[in-house]
Amino acid sequence: MIHLPVLKASDRLFKIDPEEAPTHDLRDELFQLEKEGELEVIRVPEPYMEVKTKYGRIKKIPVEKTWHHKSCGQCGHIPGYSTSIFWLNRAFGLDYYDPTDQTSCTAWNYYASATSNPEAQAAVAIRNFAAAHEVGYFPLIHCGTSFGHYKEVRHALVHQPELRRKVRDIMKRLGKKLVVPEEVVHYSEWVLAMRDRIAERQVIDMSHITATVHPACHYHKLIEEDAVYDSEIYGAQRSAIVTATLQALGINVADYSTWFDCCGFGFRHILVSRDFSRSFSVQRKIEVMREEANPDITVTHDTGCVTTLDQSQVVGKAHKKKVGLPVMADSQVAALAMGAHPYKVLQLHWHNTDNKPFLRKLGIDVDKTWAEFQAECDLIKAGKKEFMTWEDAEK
Amino acid sequence: MPQALDIRQNKYSDVTQEEKDRLFQECKDDERWSHILYGCYECGICVAACPSARFYDFSPRLIAQAVAREDTDLIYTLMNDSVWDCSQCFSCDRCPRGNSPGQVITVMREVAVKNGLNTAKEALEGYGRIIYKIMSTGSQVSPDMLQPNAFPDWGHHVHDIAENLDVWRKALPPETLHTIETGWKVDEKTIIELYLIWHMTGVMDLILGIDEGLHMILVDVMEERLEEAGYDIEFD
Ligand code: SF4
Ligand code: SF4
Repeated sequence: MIHLPVLKASDRLFKIDPEEAPTHDLRDELFQLEKEGELEVIRVPEPYMEVKTKYGRIKKIPVEKTWHHKSCGQCGHIPGYSTSIFWLNRAFGLDYYDPTDQTSCTAWNYYASATSNPEAQAAVAIRNFAAAHEVGYFPLIHCGTSFGHYKEVRHALVHQPELRRKVRDIMKRLGKKLVVPEEVVHYSEWVLAMRDRIAERQVIDMSHITATVHPACHYHKLIEEDAVYDSEIYGAQRSAIVTATLQALGINVADYSTWFDCCGFGFRHILVSRDFSRSFSVQRKIEVMREEANPDITVTHDTGCVTTLDQSQVVGKAHKKKVGLPVMADSQVAALAMGAHPYKVLQLHWHNTDNKPFLRKLGIDVDKTWAEFQAECDLIKAGKKEFMTWEDAEK
Repeated sequence: MPQALDIRQNKYSDVTQEEKDRLFQECKDDERWSHILYGCYECGICVAACPSARFYDFSPRLIAQAVAREDTDLIYTLMNDSVWDCSQCFSCDRCPRGNSPGQVITVMREVAVKNGLNTAKEALEGYGRIIYKIMSTGSQVSPDMLQPNAFPDWGHHVHDIAENLDVWRKALPPETLHTIETGWKVDEKTIIELYLIWHMTGVMDLILGIDEGLHMILVDVMEERLEEAGYDIEFD
């Protein structure tokens, strides 16, 4: 068992000073390009919240008027992930937009198969940003890979005039402008920035819960300076994402030695070479978490990470590995803390590893809540209602 | 068991030096190249951080060294027998030299696909249905992919989902998520714009390089829908 304190990774204090950042602030260059007529910057709508990034720069996080750039993997395979994000917005009465004029970022495919190119990738990104801008909302990115990828696209567009020209031409032919958001914001940053407000409305005590956190690679390794850091969390030696949210909910976040490792997703591997994904996920993540921290749950903030860490445990169990650790997204944990329904909202039946012991530990009546969800399904099956609505889910 | 990477002898001696040089030149011509490779200290930090290095005979250091030394013979071997093991996690961006071995690999993969290398085709075997899904629908992963035969290692849970798929999708509160064939409801106009992007950026040439059959099916689907939307466009 490793006994690392969570609040400070060491006695050494890492001083965050934006003046000493080794990189330029990309936003200055963006605004300069806007002045030169090269592109248009989508401003973060007010009111916004402020968080600190790796070198201490302030990142603006919109409270509302958010355009939800959904994730194909979340919506397709673990839909309660996105549903929980929407539920949180609704619970706070915030104005948000769930678009149908949106495609995947296509980065999963690109990282898996390389059957695309930088122009196509950038054009897909800007088409989505333009769709958000046209309806007057600001993009909030649900997927960790889309987030990392869009940050890279933004970076490339600023530094590569030829790419900018090509994408501007493509957008012109689509009747759109080359628009780039002032900030690329991941939903987990929004959850983090909202954490005190979420905690104020917490109805489920989580102070007896221990969790481990898996920070998604593409969140904090791609354009790493744009990830959220906080000197109170791990002494700013690593990103505060997810951990800060869980701590605000009273959860004990336990450390483990392989926190930097990926989940094993591999992009290509999870689809056509899953032996790698399973082995890595079980041996380098789940077993290590169980052995070193023995948490009740592991929490992450990306599509692929939730899927890989969760689904890989089936084979791990067959091999008598130390598995059996429920996996959820921070949005689900936050919604649960505020009293969201575990099946109607969190949609936990789409997850694989048994999460009932965790729910019971929180005092949630699993049988009753499942029966409530089943009753909705029965009405749909009997043709008495077409869909379950938000009103049904919020009852 | 993953195969050992054979770099000792010239495995690809049937390929001319000119061809190997040409492919490497294509990598170097990529606009990203000067931002992702600065040399190599041979420190091995990238290997320590690399998940694929733990389970395969794979080394981002070897790749970084080969490209930094411009050893086109070895680069050709790695482009064929190594780059597809990478997980594209970018843990190797920790490189103290400022390299991104992961991105070097992305570029090498793109060149391998563009040039239709057989090893790229093999690496992407079984992946065609995913390319079809993302390129034709705009949403890479869809609920109807959750079939027991596609994910036998995910256990009985996938049976439960497949059996209840229709009802469970309708039991999702957001109206956009009542879909089966796409992750969410995507507008027709959005798909058309996506097809136009594929057309304008020459992405279909990459597909042709690795899978002629898939290319044909995709072209059929896209040309038909584009025509219905009033565009007379041919992907050649
Ligand atoms: S991107 Fe590839 S080479 Fe780099 S650490 Fe990840 S798996 Fe290894
Ligand atoms: S971390 Fe960078 S410098 Fe060190 S071996 Fe890897 S590529 Fe070379």
